[in-house]
Amino acid sequence: MVVLSILCGLASGRGPEVAAAAVEGAAAAVELSLSIAGMLCLWTGVMEVMRQSGLADKLSRMLFPVLRRLFPQAAGDAAAMDSISANVSANLLGLGSAATPLGLEAARRLAVKSPGIASDALCMLVVCNTASIQLIPTTVASVRAAEGCAAPFDILPAVWLASSLSVGVGILACKIFARIWRD
Amino acid sequence: MDLFFTMLVPLTIGAIAVYAAFRRVDVYSALVHGAGSGLDTLLRVVPALIGLMTAVYMLRASGALELLAGVLSPLLDRLGMPSELLPLMLVRPISGSAALGVGAELISTYGPDSDLGRIAAVMLGSTETTFYTIAVYFGAVGITKTRYAVPAALCADLTGFFAAAWAVRLCFG
Repeated sequence: MVVLSILCGLASGRGPEVAAAAVEGAAAAVELSLSIAGMLCLWTGVMEVMRQSGLADKLSRMLFPVLRRLFPQAAGDAAAMDSISANVSANLLGLGSAATPLGLEAARRLAVKSPGIASDALCMLVVCNTASIQLIPTTVASVRAAEGCAAPFDILPAVWLASSLSVGVGILACKIFARIWRD
Repeated sequence: MDLFFTMLVPLTIGAIAVYAAFRRVDVYSALVHGAGSGLDTLLRVVPALIGLMTAVYMLRASGALELLAGVLSPLLDRLGMPSELLPLMLVRPISGSAALGVGAELISTYGPDSDLGRIAAVMLGSTETTFYTIAVYFGAVGITKTRYAVPAALCADLTGFFAAAWAVRLCFG
């Protein structure tokens, strides 16, 4: 990516912009980390409360029958399944800042078995997180409302259709790749 | 309805706290304990973020994305995808805030109730920041062999983009 950027930048006479961007990118990464730090810590805290009160277990049990089929290799690991189901439910609710730390926790547990290499279960977890399963896209709705749309949520059915198709294809792709992929 | 959505996050936190207190959990110390583990997660993610975002910023400044857009737009027209949406499709997997910026620009230019504005909104609502998510996950747990995660995730994204155009035509005719 970096080599491509430099070549393309030089070819189109944008060398100075590329040089400036290299410095900006690193700074922006730290800014982003700082700006998410508060929400991230708050949500790991809230999830700890959910865990201690037994709420997390309840949610997990509701989602377990579905997730067991998606993650057959992890079904025996209760702690990993807990994090996965909490990650999926946070994604459904659109709590992106909550989903990430939970997903990372699940990923850490899944990665213990195969350090350095993405297992089938880990690939499935990541793909489920890259395909949005959010039920209510609040950010987009607020942009539409700001542009003077009378019914900013009228796109919900279309969003659900597109989301489920995209998640379905992602899951299918994982299952197919898991069979045919040769390292 | 809108108030409900804006209050969703604080209500969720409140409900969890009340439920936990009811179950005799020391809510505050559990919260603080959990928040500490969030910092650990963050520290593991920062180095990967610095590497990735430097590369993304350089790529964006180099004009490589515009070059790609020029090559791809005739193909997209044939597939029923307005080429105005190409910048959104290219930036969506890389940066969430940039995608929101591009999407908001499209929505304001063409109007929130135009086909283009709706497709842009549905695209934003039904896809995720794929490369960023992959980098964060694999970076945080030290995965170097990502196997088929990237192609599988891109299959899902591509489906989401075309499904957005299709779903808007289906729902709004």
